[in-house]
Amino acid sequence: MSLTVELTKKDMRDVYVQALLDSAAERDDLVVLEADLTNSHNTARFGDAHPGRLVNCGITEANSVCVAAGLAASGFRPFLNLFACFASRRAFDQFFLSVNYAGQNVKLVGSDPGVLSQYNGGSHCALEDIAMMRAVPGLIVVEPSDTVSLYHLTRQLADCDRPAYLRLHRKGGAAVYGVDEEFSLGKGKVVADGTDVTLISAGHIMLAAALEARDKLAAVGISAAVLDILTIQPLDEELVLRYAKATGAVVTCENAHRAGGLGGAVAELLAREHPTRMRMVGVDCFGEVGTVASLMKDFGLTADDIVKAAL
Amino acid sequence: MDAEKLANLEAAARKSRAAAIHMMGWAGGGHIGGALSIIETLVYLYFEAMDITAENIATPAERDRFVLSKGHAGPGLYGVLHARGFIPDEWLDTLNQPGTKLPSHCNMALTPGVDFTTGSLGQGFSVAVGMALANRIAARPGRVYTLIGDGESQEGQIWESAMFAAHQGLGNLVAFTDNNKLQLDGVTKDILAVEDLVAKWRAFGWWAVRIDGHDFAAIDQAVTATADFPAPTMIVLETVKSKGFGPGEKTVKNHHMAFTYEEAEKAIAELGAAK
Repeated sequence: MSLTVELTKKDMRDVYVQALLDSAAERDDLVVLEADLTNSHNTARFGDAHPGRLVNCGITEANSVCVAAGLAASGFRPFLNLFACFASRRAFDQFFLSVNYAGQNVKLVGSDPGVLSQYNGGSHCALEDIAMMRAVPGLIVVEPSDTVSLYHLTRQLADCDRPAYLRLHRKGGAAVYGVDEEFSLGKGKVVADGTDVTLISAGHIMLAAALEARDKLAAVGISAAVLDILTIQPLDEELVLRYAKATGAVVTCENAHRAGGLGGAVAELLAREHPTRMRMVGVDCFGEVGTVASLMKDFGLTADDIVKAAL
Repeated sequence: MDAEKLANLEAAARKSRAAAIHMMGWAGGGHIGGALSIIETLVYLYFEAMDITAENIATPAERDRFVLSKGHAGPGLYGVLHARGFIPDEWLDTLNQPGTKLPSHCNMALTPGVDFTTGSLGQGFSVAVGMALANRIAARPGRVYTLIGDGESQEGQIWESAMFAAHQGLGNLVAFTDNNKLQLDGVTKDILAVEDLVAKWRAFGWWAVRIDGHDFAAIDQAVTATADFPAPTMIVLETVKSKGFGPGEKTVKNHHMAFTYEEAEKAIAELGAAK
């Protein structure tokens, strides 16, 4: 089943599972692992369609990452779904060593990153995951921004022979792109053009905030381009440099800690290749409990915060 | 086990142990204790139990596999791979040298016959569980062997995987604990006691037995018995840390030792085996 307009209206987790099902229809080496979050990820139907290929490891995150590595070393392509806080903080050594250092093709999915942890609160609020994953040599780090990009990038990750970290927003994520939009791992998108400042965002809540900020900036005579980065590592350096040079100012927008995240990646590139005035919209404190909207306001992630950074 | 087979395995153990001592002596030291305590088990696996050959060594998923979860014992495994003919003589002078194929901790990308990269305790055991699960899903006949240390049993991850492997009914998995009773800081029971290991593994749903880890007949009997088990097996090996290297056997601080090549030569001569 290919992506339909109807499907793009569903929650991102459901689109993610459909992408896995569609990939599994084309290849027989996909396995899906859960650590007691099958209900949270709605992956039961993968197991229904492919008996024995959905493995619930129980609440054993460290074990589950290494089991995935063992499956990969045996010719399977595991997708392991954990909350982002467990994918990063809880099982990082396992992912670093047994997956990446050992060269095993495991796709680690960290769901509900940053403020999307909402009522699970500070303990579950993974703001550090991008920085941690960026420190893994060669690791692909992806954060889709809507159901369409999620579907296509998940399909590409299933075919990709390298380990990757997929930052998954479980809920919401209504389509930004048309169903026929083409995506490539490692390539960002120009969602809106502009000449005075470049807003670079990752993920659907920050893309929405950036687009809203663009409208507010336009109202005061500032033309802002909006880039949807999609792949944080490897960074689409050509795209970022082109817009940094064209606009002379950059604001990164991320649902993550400012240290070492998307902002860090862009800053490292610009410092090296084309020093440019830039600001980072992101978080620099521990997470809290709340709604997405309230947490974005508390942590300075709103459109108004982006506007302030751009001015 | 007939006398001829036993004699062959004992000769392979002497050769493997000599190669391990040579390697570490040449390098000026290494993880001698835990490398030498597991030689008989590894010799049994690579010479007797596993279907590994020069032809299938590079396609591990299609044969029996072994994961050395206590990855610091790499030189012990290299000694056995050398005795088995998978590692050339000249590599024995390169342990831990820049560009070596023989790093102190196992790296599957570098060494033929090393089936997984290890070094962070607890992880290789879980990977072996994943391999056994893969064989079951793919209906492949290969068996998976893995070895952990008694000190490694202190890692929480071991018990996550213990529960998981039993729940999955992975009868194609045979694990060993090198119960040499010492860890880096000293005597295991004084640092963080792990016994009763057999009772613990049985409580976790494994078939578990305790044997003399230097007795080939006992190893053979225990491994052979597992052929049709519906549950994973843990064989607790009663071993002597640094077995066959006198200076190591005389101290509890033998997890990692510096020693001279003269000491290595003396130990090799006492073994009565060429490296």
